[in-house]
Amino acid sequence: MPSPADWSAIWLTLKLAGLTTAILLVVGTPIAWWLARTRSWWKGPVGAVVALPIVLPPTVLGFYLLIVMGPHGPVGQFTQWAGIGLLPFSFAGLVVASVFYSLPFVVQPIQNAFEAVGERPLEAAATLGAKPLDAFFTVAVPLAKPGFLTATVLGFAHTVGEFGVVLMIGGNIPDKTRVVSVQIYDHVEALEYAQAHWLSAGMVVFSFLVLAALYTLNPTGKRP
Amino acid sequence: MKTLIRLLLLAACLGLPAHPALAEQITIAAAADLKFALEEIVAVFRQAHPGDAVDTVYGSSGKFHAQIQQGAPYDLFFSADIQYPRILAREGLAASEVKPYALGRLVLWSATRDASKMSLADLADLADPTIRKIAIANPKHAPYGKRAEEALRAAGLWDRLQDRLVMGENIAQTAQYVQSGNADIGIIAQALALNKELAARGGHALVPDKLHQPLEQGFVVTRRAADSKLARQFADHMGSPEARRIMVRYGFVLPGEATGR
Repeated sequence: MPSPADWSAIWLTLKLAGLTTAILLVVGTPIAWWLARTRSWWKGPVGAVVALPIVLPPTVLGFYLLIVMGPHGPVGQFTQWAGIGLLPFSFAGLVVASVFYSLPFVVQPIQNAFEAVGERPLEAAATLGAKPLDAFFTVAVPLAKPGFLTATVLGFAHTVGEFGVVLMIGGNIPDKTRVVSVQIYDHVEALEYAQAHWLSAGMVVFSFLVLAALYTLNPTGKRP
Repeated sequence: MKTLIRLLLLAACLGLPAHPALAEQITIAAAADLKFALEEIVAVFRQAHPGDAVDTVYGSSGKFHAQIQQGAPYDLFFSADIQYPRILAREGLAASEVKPYALGRLVLWSATRDASKMSLADLADLADPTIRKIAIANPKHAPYGKRAEEALRAAGLWDRLQDRLVMGENIAQTAQYVQSGNADIGIIAQALALNKELAARGGHALVPDKLHQPLEQGFVVTRRAADSKLARQFADHMGSPEARRIMVRYGFVLPGEATGR
């Protein structure tokens, strides 16, 4: 059976994934909107930066975050000056890392959905007197709903599956940074295979259910 | 057709082993505290065996133990806790007896303050409120972490310092947490603190060995290397005066020599 430490890792993981997804929906939607509508030369470079976490090894992200958020890094000096302390080995640090790590999985589905909506409904809304912001919330967002659903599910699931970055900047602290993937790794190293099986099988079932639900409810919007 | 044959010939040539037919290859899995000392010992060994290949992998002893049980291709296993190779021997996974090679020592080390000035008799200086993060190796599977936990418990600090502890996956990652300044201080292997790069910064002080069980370290030749001459030769090389000198230089106490400082 899962131990209390396992349950606390599960709760922590859900908290991390939930918070990360919420932040990404807020931050990612304007980025996706801009990427979908711009004709600027910058579309290519910005799109590439957003997609970087898909191709980069998590160790690259972990290494740079450790340096940048450390006491000599720019972010670390800022957080110390602001009285927050240092971000590595803290829950806040994991949230920051996860936002970068899962960014493309939220931005790209929303961007695709906005692109599919196209100019016409928005032009129609403008003709009817809607202001751009109004048209965005009453026309573009509802029409892009499948994209938002995909983005939410993929952002959440991808954060749950995070391991390499957490191992590098987490410091394995119970209730703060010891998420399920790290807990499984610890169980395996300590030869506690029964415990590792519980958590691992749980992850398989969870991931399957999430993806099955997504592909069943949202068959058109499944492309990330 | 001619081009095709040429290409095939070229492919065959590239596929040939880089070493002469008689060359042997071994892979050594070693506890992360050996990272610097063993590299020097292997370098000496390579000079005497120019035709052979010796690869090294460093990590936590617990991880290698689990991996060897699952058939990992390691020919020798150097463990920071002699219990792990003993279990392998009991399970029939070893091709040699378990040889103790050193006693490890814990040190307090910091990159940002002079840890050598800290009072160590009871580790009480660790309770200093300006020390916000203390790095140790994960006590669950890293021997240096286990001993660090024992020392902190013996000092009555374990519960008090709980929310300041961060855990490295192995002792080298623990040192890296301190080196990057993200942890203020760490309890790491002396063998790592004596490395040039780490010794140049901050300072270190030995943790009294009466605060924890001895870090008895041992190695075995694994079953898959039962017929490997090179693995045997490396095992013998560990007992050579030159290898012993290197181990001593990195602060290891060798079997049969006086301990306690």
